[in-house]
Amino acid sequence: MIFFRRKKKEPPAPVEAEEKPQPENPEIEIVEPEAAEPEPPSPEPADDSEAEKTGGWMARLRSGLGKTARKISAGLADVIGKPSLDAAAVEAIEDTLIMADLGMDAASRLAGGLSKRPFPDGVNTESLADALAEEIAAILRPVEKPLAVDDTNRPHVILMVGVNGSGKTTTAGKLAEFFQSRGKSVMLAAADTFRAAAVEQLRVWGERTATPVITGEEGADAAAVAFRALEAAVADGMDILIIDTAGRLQARTELMDELAKIHRVIGKQDETAPHDSIIVLDGTVGQNALSQVKAFSEVAGLTGMIVTKLDGSARGGVVVALAEEYGLPIHAIGVGESKDDLQPFEADAFAMALASSHTGKV
Amino acid sequence: MFESLSEKLGGALDALRGRGALSEADVDAALGEVRRALIEADVALPVVKSFIASVRQEAVGQAVLKSVKPGQMVIKIVHDALVETLGPGEAPLNINRPAPVVILMVGLQGSGKTTTTGKLARLLKSKHKKSVLLASLDVTRPAAREQLRILGGEAEVSVLPEKDGDTPIGITRRAMDAARLQSADILILDTAGRTTVDEALMAEVRDVSAASDPAEILLVADALTGQDAVVTAEAFKDAVGITGIVLTRADGDSRGGAALSMRKVTDCPIKFLGVGEKQDALEEFSPERMAGRILGMGDIVGLVEKAAETIEEEEAKRMADRMAKGQFDMNDFLSQLRQLRKMGGMGGLMGMLPGIGKMKNQIEAAGMDDRFFNRQEAIILSMTKRERIQVALLNASRRKRIAAGSGTSVQEVNKLVKQYQDMAKMMKRFGKMGGGNPAALASMFGGGAPAGGAGAGGAGSAPGLPGLGGMPGMPGGMPGGMPGGGFRGGLPGLGMPRGGKKKKR
Repeated sequence: MIFFRRKKKEPPAPVEAEEKPQPENPEIEIVEPEAAEPEPPSPEPADDSEAEKTGGWMARLRSGLGKTARKISAGLADVIGKPSLDAAAVEAIEDTLIMADLGMDAASRLAGGLSKRPFPDGVNTESLADALAEEIAAILRPVEKPLAVDDTNRPHVILMVGVNGSGKTTTAGKLAEFFQSRGKSVMLAAADTFRAAAVEQLRVWGERTATPVITGEEGADAAAVAFRALEAAVADGMDILIIDTAGRLQARTELMDELAKIHRVIGKQDETAPHDSIIVLDGTVGQNALSQVKAFSEVAGLTGMIVTKLDGSARGGVVVALAEEYGLPIHAIGVGESKDDLQPFEADAFAMALASSHTGKV
Repeated sequence: MFESLSEKLGGALDALRGRGALSEADVDAALGEVRRALIEADVALPVVKSFIASVRQEAVGQAVLKSVKPGQMVIKIVHDALVETLGPGEAPLNINRPAPVVILMVGLQGSGKTTTTGKLARLLKSKHKKSVLLASLDVTRPAAREQLRILGGEAEVSVLPEKDGDTPIGITRRAMDAARLQSADILILDTAGRTTVDEALMAEVRDVSAASDPAEILLVADALTGQDAVVTAEAFKDAVGITGIVLTRADGDSRGGAALSMRKVTDCPIKFLGVGEKQDALEEFSPERMAGRILGMGDIVGLVEKAAETIEEEEAKRMADRMAKGQFDMNDFLSQLRQLRKMGGMGGLMGMLPGIGKMKNQIEAAGMDDRFFNRQEAIILSMTKRERIQVALLNASRRKRIAAGSGTSVQEVNKLVKQYQDMAKMMKRFGKMGGGNPAALASMFGGGAPAGGAGAGGAGSAPGLPGLGGMPGMPGGMPGGMPGGGFRGGLPGLGMPRGGKKKKR
């Protein structure tokens, strides 16, 4: 299936891309679970502007780890105030990283790295969190890349792929809103012709965001819908076309073949398209994400990812392992169900949230 | 789903297999690998820790290390711990209550609740002959209710009509009334996806539960979930008291750690597995079967032992006699099919062969599941006694009759006849070549004689288990990678368990 892979592995260079979209301080007011949170939230991150932008999300990201974590991080108590970490502390850190889905290898490497660090002012929750966040951020910074639309592409085609239930349709809708609100003309294509009412779901998103939606019959050939949508987007002079595809498990070869076909058909119409091929990753996913990214890269030439559902108790730590293994850019994170709940991915904030999830519990 | 976990575990334990003496360090090294395999399979860390601790405690006991085959003993301990973690027995739906029995579906967003609700409705209707009413309480996700309406239509069950401005509690009450009015046996309430940290939504689902007094509260969870699986499962359990788990996307290549973890921390049984896109792709979960697959661990020893158990001695002798004479008719074919099925069918067999996980998916994708055996059996049973002995009698009109009688197609009948012919040819060849010694043959089939030599030794090219002989002839054949060209060449190391001949895999 490699022959479907596009030569274009890099996302379009954001050289002459338009203003890097910054959310105009979206009050991420989805719900306010903090009040009811049984745990007092962990120490505030140092950077205030960061906290303002992602505060609610980060607080939630940090707060959820719960009782399981506390039991295990007991190993940290002994090293508080000491100039370096001992073996038990390293193991405790490794454990919490594993529980945040970083996976065995990334977790051991990070914890091992920390053990070599001196703590001149003594180990405490903050210095530990800072050090850990620094290590994680170093891995994540290279993949922090906002989704940049190249205006010379008429239209700029974005293909949304992923396993079932990862949040492709919702994310497609949020992206439409995002670009629409920045003065771009956007068209949505419902190439999920399999799941009952998937088309309807995207249509509702279209209404919410005042975006035209190209649909096909349920059970229609998904590639045909994509083809027609691209035709329509070209004819209407759209800036952006977002194609939502059906969820598929990467182990299902026949479904992956269908995706390859969609990808191929788009490429036939415009050989630079799709300009972005984005995998939507469920934030609760574990090590299977590695297999997902690998398989979808092979058939759909991934250029980036969006991680969803980070408003729950999941940490999404697997992106660290993904960054190490594939270096696939992370564009944004989904933190809720309303149309503004899509935020640019920020490596430092994300790293801090991951790092303080355990140190806050010591 | 569990294939790659079993492969990894198999790899981890390989070092122990067949070792004569074990030190504590050996055990620790192997358990370190087991730990890694479990973590990579997304088993929750606390579960991994308690698992390893309990295995270690048992495994380093003097009795084990000084036993004749310590390696084997440790492997067995790991097996047993796995089985225990997966929980005892099957847990059927608890629907023995005055109607309408309410089933409440809960879970995170995108875990597959609505799809599962549709599948469950279909299962209850077709298998349990229940009348089912579906109601969607999801007023959040666009078109969620539309989706359920379509799925309900496909499953031919009724779905509560939507009303504007409904609240989940309002819909629940309305659904209860409607269920009573249409005297539905079962009412399935499909709730909106929610994160467990969202207290308001968790309170809502609690209210729905209180208002509907469900017989079952099923947590629908994604098999791809990572470490968060336990947090989610515990949170739902604490908030609404789940009674069972439905694991979706079990047809993926996830290693199924979420299943182990959630089972362990909630102590709630896994009741169903979602295994595909289609509406009938919902399996009742059987821990034995699942454990069997993990236990398989690419274990040829297990395969042979199982074969020996299943293929009765007498039958084995009879087969051997006939084979020695090169005789093979449809009755023999049928008995092979049945033996194969007794051994756990395709799934069971495949699970036991090393490195076969990937191939298995392909085979499943090609529709070669256990139903395949059932259809084949039906075809043979639709033949007359004479036809079964004299296969040459099967002309076009007879084949048509057989197809009609077995509910299959003429093509399928043709295929089976072709397979039969291939096998018969093979048997004939063998009859000429091997000839003569039915006793040795019988022992090879697991007839109880202390064999050893027959399978593993000189007769390397002799057919292996008769029950397996059927495989090369199957449609599409087994992809060539099977050891020794299908099973025909005999499984490597067949004589191992009883012959004591150690063969390192």
